Order: sequence, then structure tokens, then C-alpha cells
Amino acid sequence: MLRLLSIALLLAIWWTAALFVDGAKLPSPPVVLHVIIAEAASGALFLHLGATLARVALAFVLAMSLGSAIGYLMGRVKLADRLGDPWLILLLNLPALVVIVLAYIWAGLTEAAAIAAIAINKLPTAVVTLREGTRALDRSLDEMATVFAMPRWRAFRHVVLPQLAPYIAASARSGLSLVWKIVLVAELLGRPNGVGFEIGVAFQLFDTPRLLAYSLTFAAVVLVIETALVQPFEARATRWRPRAA
Amino acid sequence: MRLEVEITGKTYRSAAGGTHEVLSPLKFALQSGEVGVLIGPSGCGKSTMLRIILGLDRDFDGQVARPPEARIGMVFQEPRLLPWRSVEQNVRLAAPDVSDGKLSELFRILELEAHRSHFPGELSLGLARRVALARAFAVEPDLLVLDEPLASLDDALAGRLRDEIATLVASRPVMTLLVTHSLDDAIRLGDRLFFLSPRPARIVQEVPIPIPRAERSEVELARIRTELAALLLESK
Repeated sequence: MLRLLSIALLLAIWWTAALFVDGAKLPSPPVVLHVIIAEAASGALFLHLGATLARVALAFVLAMSLGSAIGYLMGRVKLADRLGDPWLILLLNLPALVVIVLAYIWAGLTEAAAIAAIAINKLPTAVVTLREGTRALDRSLDEMATVFAMPRWRAFRHVVLPQLAPYIAASARSGLSLVWKIVLVAELLGRPNGVGFEIGVAFQLFDTPRLLAYSLTFAAVVLVIETALVQPFEARATRWRPRAA
Repeated sequence: MRLEVEITGKTYRSAAGGTHEVLSPLKFALQSGEVGVLIGPSGCGKSTMLRIILGLDRDFDGQVARPPEARIGMVFQEPRLLPWRSVEQNVRLAAPDVSDGKLSELFRILELEAHRSHFPGELSLGLARRVALARAFAVEPDLLVLDEPLASLDDALAGRLRDEIATLVASRPVMTLLVTHSLDDAIRLGDRLFFLSPRPARIVQEVPIPIPRAERSEVELARIRTELAALLLESK
């Protein structure tokens, strides 16, 4: 309820501001809504949103699975940590733009290049979070599993994974927000479709209603995915913990 | 089955860089059906010895011979339950082959029936200890190791749990190694008592108790207690 009120307040501020500013710079909400409906009716909106979402999903899954595996390895094996750490620092501090541009130069303006570039941007944060999670694993429980001769997979699933789940959830959340931001840049620079591409077109034409139509729809989709998927997963991963008041 | 422990030395390097001797040379053996009790002052190296016997610490001189197929049941000092799994899941994960009947019987003996689906965070320490006991017995171990399983419990509960341990140990042939501070626990449960010196630990006295556990009356126990007191005084 409070959330809806807060969204309504935002709309009110926007609408009032639109009354005082030139319509080409800040169109009023109904104008933008009109564009959204028109784009949706033509099917273009769904096409571009779908393309972007597919890229996000692929890059996210790729970065999360690879990053978690590397992070776990670096947390467990000292040698891997020593070898991997300089790479990690380099990747962490490399601007997203550099990775995207290099990927397009080296692999051409292809779908694979875009997805790889987005995944590489997200990868190091997943590695760092999972490495911390692995370092924080409870050794006494590992010993318990060893003494009771639990098979490796069972020990991993029931002893290790539940301890990593909060870290995976945190990394998924922060990672998703990172991917949302980077995917548009990658599309703007080298893809013929997607929300980022449309925003690029809108920018060249100074078409503010179109720009807002696409970015707001995109933001709405992100919001829905965050509340419908990410938050329930996080709640599930930590359900055994006594509830905070 | 037989457990043979022969440790010729164990040192430990502290963070400050010094080396400390944790265990002196010591040697003992345990047969199936026997309860051996390690009694010694706090910090004398008992836990280190257990870790060596369990194979968790391989950095020592000497050797530990236990049949490689021997199943181990362990009750750690802290319960070491998985907080994210229910009581029943905790037991079943360690003992996947346990039958429903056997599990129900264990839960009945240890009075855990009402707590099957609870998470460890919802249990008192006494209850968590009992779950740890249930887990160790559910694997039907050949070697049962109990590291101060009754510490910090009130006398009544400790007494009941001790009787339960005696019942469970009697129900099948198992080598049992009990670590305790309590002479009372030692003479009620043990067949052979190993008295350890302060760090670095060595065996000061090895005392067999020939009377079967079930036949030890309070009078007998009192006699054993006085004998032991005299013996320990002598050895000092």
C-alpha cells in the first residue's frame, strides 16, 4: 500500500514538472503511456524487451554459475586463490565499457560477444562474494560430515550449499542489478534490437517520449522480477534462521 | 574388531611461531564391546587425541589402526547439528540406511519423538545433545566416540542420558571411547579407564573394571571410587 502511494507521489511530481517544462524535454505521463500502448500494439515493445531479457538471462546464468564455481574453488584452495586474485582485481576494476568495446572488436558485433561481455562484467563480483562465503564455511560441520563418512555430493548439498545460499542470493541480487545496467550499454553499442538499441535510436532523434516509454517499461519488468523471483528465493534460502523481530 | 592407538608424539606450531608438545608417547587398544574412558584435566590434549583417532588430524607421529570399514558414530562436545535441517533429517543424513523402526525406537529412548520436525535452533542444549546421540547411534557404529557428551547438563538429565548410553552400548557390540571429566560417569560406563596427565598428555594409569556394567551396585561403585582415589594419590 505504502509502495503504491510512493509510486503515485513520483507520478505526481513528474506530472507537475511536465507542466512547467517544454514538452519535448519532459513529456507528461499520458503522452508516454500513449507511446507505450502504441509500441505494445505494434509488437515492437515485446520484441525489444524479449531480446533484452534473453540476454540478461543468458549472461546472468553464465556469470553466476561460472563465478560461483570459481569463487568456491578460490575459497577452498589456497593456490587457486593466489593465482586467481590478480585476475580478479583486474576484472573488478575494468570499466564495463572497455570490456564491451573489446568484446565487439575481438568477436565482432555478435550476440555471443554481447552476452560474453555482460557476463564478464558480472563474473568478478560473483567470485568475490562466493569466495567470502566459502571462507566463512563452518569447519566443525565439515569435520562432522567427514567423521560420518558422508559421500561428497551429499555433504556438499546438505552441509556446504545451505551455508552458501545467503551468499548466492546476495550475489544474485547485486549481480542482477549490475546486469540490468550493462545490458543496455552493450545493446546500444552493437546490437540491432533490445531496449538499449531503442534508447539509442530515441537519443539520436531526441524522442524523449519514446526514450521514457522504453526505460520505464524496462524498469517495471525489473521491479516485477526482483519482487517475484529474487526476493522469494532469498527468503527461502534463509528460512531456517530464527526470524528477526 | 579392534582399535589400536600408538602415538609417539604430536606437536603443534602456534601462531607466535613456537612449537608445543601436545601429546607424549602413549599407547592403548580397545576391543569390540569395550568402553574405554579417557579422563584427564582440561586442555590436556584429549580432543587432539580424538581428532587423530578419527582421522581428522593426520599430522602426528605414530599410527592408529582401525578397520577401514569400521563405521564411526561421533558425539562432539558441541552438538554440531545442521541448523538448516530438521532433527529427523539431521539423523537420516548421517545414517541413510537407518530403518524407520530403528529411528522411532531411538527417538523414543531419547525422548525426541515430539521434536522430529523441529530445527536445531529451536532446541535446548540438552535436546540438541540427545539428537547428536541419536545420530551417532543411528549409524550403528563399530566405533563410537563420545567427547564429553554430558558436560554442562544438569545432574538429573545427565544421569538419565548416561543410563541411555549404557543401554544403547549394551544393545550391540561396539568399541566405545568416552572422554569425560567426571569420575562418576567413568566408573558407571567404563570397562577400562585411562587416566591422562596434564599437557603433554600421557597415560598415567590404566585401570580395568572387571565387573560387568549392569551388575555394578552403588556399593560396588563406592568401593571402586575409593580404590581409584587411593591409586591416583599413589601415582602422584
